[in-house]
Amino acid sequence: MDAISNSASRTALLEASGVSKSYGARIGCIDVSVTVGAGEVLGVVGESGSGKSTLMKCLSGQIVPDKGAVIYRGNDRKPVDVFSLSEMERRRLRRTDWGFVHQNPLDGLHINVSAGGNVGEALMSRGVRNYGSIRASAQDWLERLEIDPSRVDDRARSFSGGMLQRLQVARNLVAAPRLVFMDEPTGGLDASVQARLLDVLRTLVRELAVAVIIVTHDLAVVRLLADRLIVMHRGRVIEEGLTDQVLDDPHEPYTQLLVSSVLQI
Amino acid sequence: MNRISPSKPVVWTGYNFAYLDEQTKRMVRRALLKALAIPGYQVAFGGREMPLAYGWGTGAIQVTASIIGPRDRLKVIDQGSDDATNAASIRRFFRSVTGVETTASALDATIVQTRHRIPETPLRENQVLVYQVPSPEPLRKIEPRESETRKMHAYAEYGPMLLTLYEDIARYGRVASAYNCPVIVNERYLASPSPIPKFDNPKLSHSPAIQLFGAGREKRIYAIPPYTSVRSLDFEDFPFEPSRPDGRCSLCGSETSYLEEVIMDDVGGRMFVCSDTDYCRRRREGKGEGPVRAARAKA
Repeated sequence: MDAISNSASRTALLEASGVSKSYGARIGCIDVSVTVGAGEVLGVVGESGSGKSTLMKCLSGQIVPDKGAVIYRGNDRKPVDVFSLSEMERRRLRRTDWGFVHQNPLDGLHINVSAGGNVGEALMSRGVRNYGSIRASAQDWLERLEIDPSRVDDRARSFSGGMLQRLQVARNLVAAPRLVFMDEPTGGLDASVQARLLDVLRTLVRELAVAVIIVTHDLAVVRLLADRLIVMHRGRVIEEGLTDQVLDDPHEPYTQLLVSSVLQI
Repeated sequence: MNRISPSKPVVWTGYNFAYLDEQTKRMVRRALLKALAIPGYQVAFGGREMPLAYGWGTGAIQVTASIIGPRDRLKVIDQGSDDATNAASIRRFFRSVTGVETTASALDATIVQTRHRIPETPLRENQVLVYQVPSPEPLRKIEPRESETRKMHAYAEYGPMLLTLYEDIARYGRVASAYNCPVIVNERYLASPSPIPKFDNPKLSHSPAIQLFGAGREKRIYAIPPYTSVRSLDFEDFPFEPSRPDGRCSLCGSETSYLEEVIMDDVGGRMFVCSDTDYCRRRREGKGEGPVRAARAKA
């Protein structure tokens, strides 16, 4: 309870302190403390195996960390410790307040279900029982993600990779979450498709004022989307600050290496 | 009146009454009591190997074997028919291992074991309807993981189940699946009605009879106690509609019973007959409910 009452910043939506998780002798992440404000986009960068995904899973309550606490301030503004919630409350939180965009869109979509069904499922699990309104908001959201709304009844199977990823974003945003976790949302997409997705994401994130934690190894993605950045290396946060600040003037040797190793055209 | 039951049944020797041993029957009865106490909840039970293949009613046979007594009268139907292979062999099995009287009449039976139908004749108190269930988990279509479906049941997360209905409406403009439409029992647990036509779904609700469901392969038992509410899943703007083929039975003239289509020749000739053979026969004999022989009189 100390962590809850001590949480200083009143606007923080999600606040993690001292989160550590190891898999036996292997280290996931060590002593990570981060905060995300309402409507803020936090980028998490680092090389493969630096603990980004482990941190993300801890923050979103998917795995229980060995140490540390994750405090979430829900709609009622009352801070709750994500891991002291019962499983039922945690699942409700994940269903109603949070969204998850996976790297592989097939992890977050039903491949044999129509686009409308995929987007509408989020509404149905929140108790909407009106077919007409579910379909209408599905179409609206397809349009906002630049998918032709006339494809609302086409199965996800018939969509291209870039469209699937946008469909997954639509599915997550349709029910107005307050916090969206994105794990390499642009991974595996070609450059032009990636640019289009980023463009749509940037607009929507600003428009909806939804908070986002975005994990990526692609510095261009965070440059475009993220307000703030944390850099992870071997399970630790080694540098933290405003995105432009960190990318333009990296202090840590590893960050300098990371920034300088980006290919220039 | 009963052409199916011979006057003196041949009872096999060397078997315990109703085939299962007493301990097994006790175990099944305990599962049944738990199932009745939590309407719609799937209770795991130690399903036994039965002398017929999975998918032919092994679960329901174990339920029937556990509740049947020497004074019971058993009716077995398959798609409403007393004469279908599955029904006939299960009936003969129980006659041979119990010696109880069997009947085709839904009025006389104390236990009705059924596959895919609920009798047209309204059931009464003191009757038990035992369903053969091929797949007890209605969530399986949308969630393949058993660990996850159990949590969904535990926390009543049934929203995604509407997805199956949504897909039907998006594709066909209406809920096209005509059978196995999932239900909410007692406003709590989502349950599969076993594949009965959705025409029969309303009969599940507030039935005076006890309804027991046995799934042998999955080793699950669930139940709907008498006078329990059972609501079929639907959308506000696409309310549940029990479907029935238009037309009347060519044999008894019923306009309200569930009909089966029978192809008569290879030039498109067809006729519709009641799927419930007992109901149809009683109406033709003038003992049934409603106006009799209307179709024949006109024909």
